[in-house]
Formats: sequence, structure tokens, C-alpha cells
Amino acid sequence: MANKIKNYVTSLFLWELLKGLRLTGKYLFKRKITVQYPEEKTPQSHRFRGLHALRRYPNGEERCIACKLCEAVCPAVAITIESEARDDGSRRTTKYDIDLTKCIFCGFCEESCPVDSIVETRIFEYHGEKRGDLLMTKPRLLEIGDMVEKQLAEDRAKDALYR
Amino acid sequence: MLEIIYQFISHNVLLPITTLLLPVDYQAQALTVLQTVVKILSILVPVLITVAYFTYFERKVIGFIQGRIGPNRVGFFGFSLWGLGQPIADAVKLIVKEIIVPTGSNRVLFIMAPILSLAPSLAAWAVIPFDDTKVLANINAGLLYVLALTSLAVYGVIIAGWASNSKYAFLGAMRSAAQIVAYEIAMGFALVGVLVAAGSLNLGDIVNSQAGSVIHWFWIPLFPLFVIYFISGLAETNRAPFDVAEGESEIVAGFHVEYGGMAFSVFFMAEYANMILIAVLSAIMFCGGWLSPFQGIPGLEDLFTWVPPMFWLLAKTSFFMFLFLWFRATFPRYRYDQIMRLGWKVFIPITIVWLVVVSALVVTNTPPWFN
Repeated sequence: MANKIKNYVTSLFLWELLKGLRLTGKYLFKRKITVQYPEEKTPQSHRFRGLHALRRYPNGEERCIACKLCEAVCPAVAITIESEARDDGSRRTTKYDIDLTKCIFCGFCEESCPVDSIVETRIFEYHGEKRGDLLMTKPRLLEIGDMVEKQLAEDRAKDALYR
Repeated sequence: MLEIIYQFISHNVLLPITTLLLPVDYQAQALTVLQTVVKILSILVPVLITVAYFTYFERKVIGFIQGRIGPNRVGFFGFSLWGLGQPIADAVKLIVKEIIVPTGSNRVLFIMAPILSLAPSLAAWAVIPFDDTKVLANINAGLLYVLALTSLAVYGVIIAGWASNSKYAFLGAMRSAAQIVAYEIAMGFALVGVLVAAGSLNLGDIVNSQAGSVIHWFWIPLFPLFVIYFISGLAETNRAPFDVAEGESEIVAGFHVEYGGMAFSVFFMAEYANMILIAVLSAIMFCGGWLSPFQGIPGLEDLFTWVPPMFWLLAKTSFFMFLFLWFRATFPRYRYDQIMRLGWKVFIPITIVWLVVVSALVVTNTPPWFN
């Protein structure tokens, strides 16, 4: 009974609402945590999964051996591979397409790759201006790989302990 | 200051226009009309600018409360200026957009609805006293006029919901109709309390009867009515936590789903103009309008005599406007039956009881308010 009366009185005086107002009032003066994006950036993990790339060995030979594990594991069916034997007898891809409009950036292709060929870089600020810009082909993927190879090697070295 | 500008315009612009263009017989009337138009503009233009910047301020305050910064990019001439250009950018965008009239809608009512909701909230400013002398229409039934005009706004909402020929819009309109009718009564009773306490319907007289000091303002003897008036004001303007009429998480945007471009923005302006109106009325009826809060305090009173009385009214209004935003950032939306319960079963009984209390205080000439 006494409890009931107490409840009536506190709700009549809007006690809990005032408590809520006090809390939000405090937050009004707290430090703001907004990151002003183009000028400021949040720190990136070395496991960041961004734009894809195909890597090469230091001697310039492409790593991919066309085992098609990535094609098989891809949950979004974004990867298409065709392969042929090269003149020296090794199996190489003739076509390695990734449809970035399908890709969900899960990183399974990178994990499945036995030779660390297909990787995801830290590049995330890219866009396509016309149809086909987001359909990556083998030469473009290799080009991206050549561009950021140093960073890729560093990140793989950092993660080597845990793989 | 304002008087000087007004006299200058009146003498150097309006007088030559009338004397040059019109025959002698009509000059006096034409001058009065033109002077009234200038006065109306001098109220409406600041109100509309305030509406625009109120939206900016709302985004800033809610952002700050949520640990964000809010709009800070759009500025003028290449300077970002904390995003002060944002309302102008928004306005330009909305003006440029197409107004789509849905098929199967009632075209005339569809176009009329936003006008119907904006016009009363602007017209109500006619009786707002900014100062002892600065009031457009010093009518004796000011309080009734305000009550009548604020109730009219519901027609805009209902007609918009009905004319859109959309079930979400109609749901929003029905909710808002029931809600506004329910809170209208509590609000009306709160105003009756003010009427009893002040003994006048004239807003200027209401403020003058609060003169004395902060203690003399009506917020102390009418405290429950003051709280109820402000909360009913929130419900009347369909603001959080009573925004079931819009309910953007359940019925998309309620009564104005089908509106786009300028038609939508007129609804938006009406909502914000109503909020400012409620804020200014709370300041006038319960917090002493243009009276200085330092009145009656020996040292401070003389210190602040240079401040124009209008400043105090605007400061009080700004505080209440801030409360609107603070409430929105704090409270979750009421459930529909809770809104009805609060309106009918809590507010109306309390206001009736407090009316009796206030009447008793007035009859017994209780100091310091009613002697």
C-alpha cells in the first residue's frame, strides 16, 4: 500500500522523467566522438577486408595456380575462374573475374587460398563510374596487387603467428 | 531601436509611396494598411527565420546529446561556420523538388492541407505581446483567439491524411485527431486557470498582472497547470514523446507520407512554428513574458534596466524551445493507449482540481499573487 502511494507520487512528480532528462543533459556537454571522415580516419586493422588483389612472388611470377578453391568457397558466387596449362606446363588462370557488386567481403577467398594469391587489401575508398567498373578482371587485380604489395606483405607477416 | 526603424520606414518609404501614387481621399487608409503590412512582416520574417534555424538547432542539440556533432559542413562563401548554411541548403533542395499529387487523391484538399496547417500557427502571432507596447493586435479576447487558432491546426492534419488516399496517412491523421482533441481539453483548462488568475483574456494584461518578481509569476500558483500546459503543447504539436501521428518507425511518416518538396516543407514549417508558438505562450502566461527575472531584487534590478524587455521574452522562449528538443532526445514514444490515458484520466482531473485551488486562492486574495 505504502509502495503504491509512493509510486503514485513519484509518477505524478515526473521523477523518472527528470532523471532521464538529467542523464541526457549530462551527455549534452560530454566530449563528442564523431570522426570527421575525410580529414580524420579511424585506425585500421591489418586484417581489414577491402578491395581485392592478386599477388605475385618476388620474382614476378603470379601466385595463383587456378586451384579454384576461392571460386568454390565464395558464398556470393562472385568469382569466375577459367584456366589452361601454360607453355611451361604449369596450370594458370586465363580468366579471374570478381564481381564486386556481388561480393560480400567475407574474406573466405583469402582464407581458402593455399598460396596467398587472392587477398583483400585495405583499400576501401573506391567507386565505379560506369557499368563494368566494379567487375574486376585478372589484369586489374594484379595491378592492384603490384600497387600495394609492400603493405600486403607487412600485413601477412603480422598475421603469420595466428595462421 | 525597432521603433526608430519602423518610424524611418513609415516616414521615408510608405508615406512617399501613398502620397505619390494614390488620390488624396484614400491616402490615410492606404498608409494604415501599408504600416500594418510592415508590422506583420516584421513579425513573420523573424518567425520563419527562427523556424529554419530551429531545425538546424534541433539537429545540433540532438546530435550533441547523442555524442555526435551534427551538421557542420554547409556554410557560406567557402567557410563551414559550424554548418550554419544547412537550413538554407535544405530549403533550396525542397523548393527545387517536384510536388507529386498521388492518383486517387483529392487534389484541392491535398494542396489546401499544408496551407491550412501553416496559416493558423502564423496568424496566432498577431496577439503575442513582445513588449508593453509592441503587439500587432491588442485584442481583449487574445487568449481565446490563440486557443481557437491552435485548434484549427488539426484540420490541416486530418485533411492531409484523408486527401492523400493512403492508409498510412489516414492512420496518422486519425491518431492525431483523437490525440489533439484529448489534449485540447486539458490545455483549455490550463488556460482557464491562467484566466482566473489574471482576471483577463488580454495577453498583455496577463503579463502585467504577473509583475513584481520571479515569485509573482504564475508558474508558482499555477505550477501543475504550467506543467500540463507544456506537456499538452508537446502533444498538440505532435512532438516526441507524443509523435504517434508521425510515428516514422511504424506508419512511415503518418499524415504527410504522400507529400514531397515544398508541400512537405510547409507541414514542417507549421510544426516548428507551432512549437515556437507554444514556447512563447508558456513564457507569456506562466513565466512573466517580457518581465525581467531580476525585477524586485534590489541590486540586480538596476543593473539590468538597460536590457530591452523583448530580450527577456525571447530568452524565455528560447529556453522552452530548447526543452522541446531536450524532451525529443530523451523520451521514447508513448504507446497510443498511454497517451489517451494520460490525457483523459490524468491531466483533465488534475486541471479541474487545480482550477478549484486557484479559484480559492483568488477569492481569498492570497499574497503575493492575488492581493
